[in-house]
Amino acid sequence: MDDGTTQIALQRHTDAKKAERKLGWMLVAPAVVLMLAVTAYPILYAIWLSLNKADLRRPAANEFIWFDNYVTVLSSPIWWTSFGVTLFITVISAALELALGMALAIVMHRTIVSRGLVRTSALVPYAIVTVVAAFSWRFAWTQELGWLAGDNAPLTSFWPSIWIIILAEVWKTVPFMALLLMAGLALVPEDLLKAASMDGASAWKRFWMVTVPLIKPAILVALLFRTLDAFRIFDNIFILTSGSNQTSSVSMVTYSNLIRGLNLGIGSTMSVLIFITTGIIAFLFIKLFGAAAPGSDAGGRR
Amino acid sequence: MQPETTSRKLVWWGINIVVLLYAFIPVFWLVSLSLKDDATLNDGNYVPTSPSGDSYKAIFNNEDFIRALINSIGICLIATLVAIVLGTMAAYAIARLEFPGKKAIVALALLISMFPQIALVTPLFKIETALGLFDTWPGLIIPYITFGLPLAIYTLSAFFREIPWDLEKAAKMDGATPYQAFRQVITPLAMPGVFTTAILVFIACWNDFLFALSLTSTSAARTVPAAMSYFTGATTFEKPTGPIAAAAVVITIPIVIFVLVFQRRIVAGLTSGAVKG
Repeated sequence: MDDGTTQIALQRHTDAKKAERKLGWMLVAPAVVLMLAVTAYPILYAIWLSLNKADLRRPAANEFIWFDNYVTVLSSPIWWTSFGVTLFITVISAALELALGMALAIVMHRTIVSRGLVRTSALVPYAIVTVVAAFSWRFAWTQELGWLAGDNAPLTSFWPSIWIIILAEVWKTVPFMALLLMAGLALVPEDLLKAASMDGASAWKRFWMVTVPLIKPAILVALLFRTLDAFRIFDNIFILTSGSNQTSSVSMVTYSNLIRGLNLGIGSTMSVLIFITTGIIAFLFIKLFGAAAPGSDAGGRR
Repeated sequence: MQPETTSRKLVWWGINIVVLLYAFIPVFWLVSLSLKDDATLNDGNYVPTSPSGDSYKAIFNNEDFIRALINSIGICLIATLVAIVLGTMAAYAIARLEFPGKKAIVALALLISMFPQIALVTPLFKIETALGLFDTWPGLIIPYITFGLPLAIYTLSAFFREIPWDLEKAAKMDGATPYQAFRQVITPLAMPGVFTTAILVFIACWNDFLFALSLTSTSAARTVPAAMSYFTGATTFEKPTGPIAAAAVVITIPIVIFVLVFQRRIVAGLTSGAVKG
């Protein structure tokens, strides 16, 4: 009799487990199927297209050509210029965003007057459509029209254009960075800072010796997010310079090949190369800095 | 510690004003441009000397702009709604249930949120052309849902973990049916998180430019950011600066109001989703 009831209980337990498993899968299935259908399948298709000559203007000439497209792209100065431009913009804006984002986070965290007002207005750049902000900067720097330009036309030469693109990118994303860092700052125990202060540590020292080591995970995650995001920069460059004076990013060059050149083979090759580069950046972050992907250790950083 | 003296307050006011200027200078510049009339448009002043509503009249008489505005609102609302429904289901499962493959799904969502969208543009262009989805609402809604989902799943599962689910059990013990327990106890607790997530997903869709530009070719599905980049003046010699500025202000105002009203929740949503995971 004892055996019977234990078995029934065990049976019920496994049944409940099974039911939970089934329900879990059913609930996530639509989201997972959709995400895979719209990303994994096209990426595989892009890899296939990148091995083909696929020019929409000359469909008759389409054929399988192995890695010829990769040779074409990787030996093209246009690709390497845009690659360099993208890397430069990515590194400089991520660094500036980290510094300014940290400053803004501290202001939002520490201010003793009108905290709500500061936090609210800091969200404004985040909420504004990138294209809208880019138009604002473009008009501001347009000769005669703009309040910043005067008689100059900075968007018609390379370096001024690059700096304005970085300015637009940084302005828009500092608030997002600051919010991520502020969440980290909130986790620093106030007692620890007080103790350090009593031991005679200056504010500067407290920041570097206490705060920074404690919020390092938040910094690394924010930096990883922003680096990968900056690497796909498109909107700002499209509106500010349309890629003139060699200011194209890799995304811009790929777009031009597709829409203006209608060359799917070359466009797909660039797509695959960007995908691989993004993977390498993420890998380097995780290997070199030990940035933990959020979710990978849920609860570990609470 | 230190007393909150007047001088300390003054310093903080100074710092806060710098933040306000930082946030609003580019925005007010667009507002000012949109209010300038033709004669003063090119004077380079930050403040308009003779404000006029001509640019606004021009865009609201422009059929392409009206159409783009309808497209933007419709496409983003539908994409947000679907992403929230699917995201809520998935986030509930991730926050509450044990099943194999959960970690892989979280990793997949993370991967997609960092995905270079341009890598999808070429293949999606080809696939959507073949399926007849190119330049239609669904052609944009589907990618928007896909990139809204990771955001929704992250933010919602963080919110759901904070809900005291034992309350549901307690309600059932007090005699509530499972439906009543869910409807009257859990739903009110979950709604703020769902609502916040909806705002974040909507902002992300509203902001998109790349897909709107590459997966449309006419005003049938082109959203406002893409349409703005195609604006032309009434004649070829007239620069469309004023109308572009007016259109920019029109699509900015609703979002800024949203953010001002729901500031606290948005801050909570952005930080919980991205850092806690």
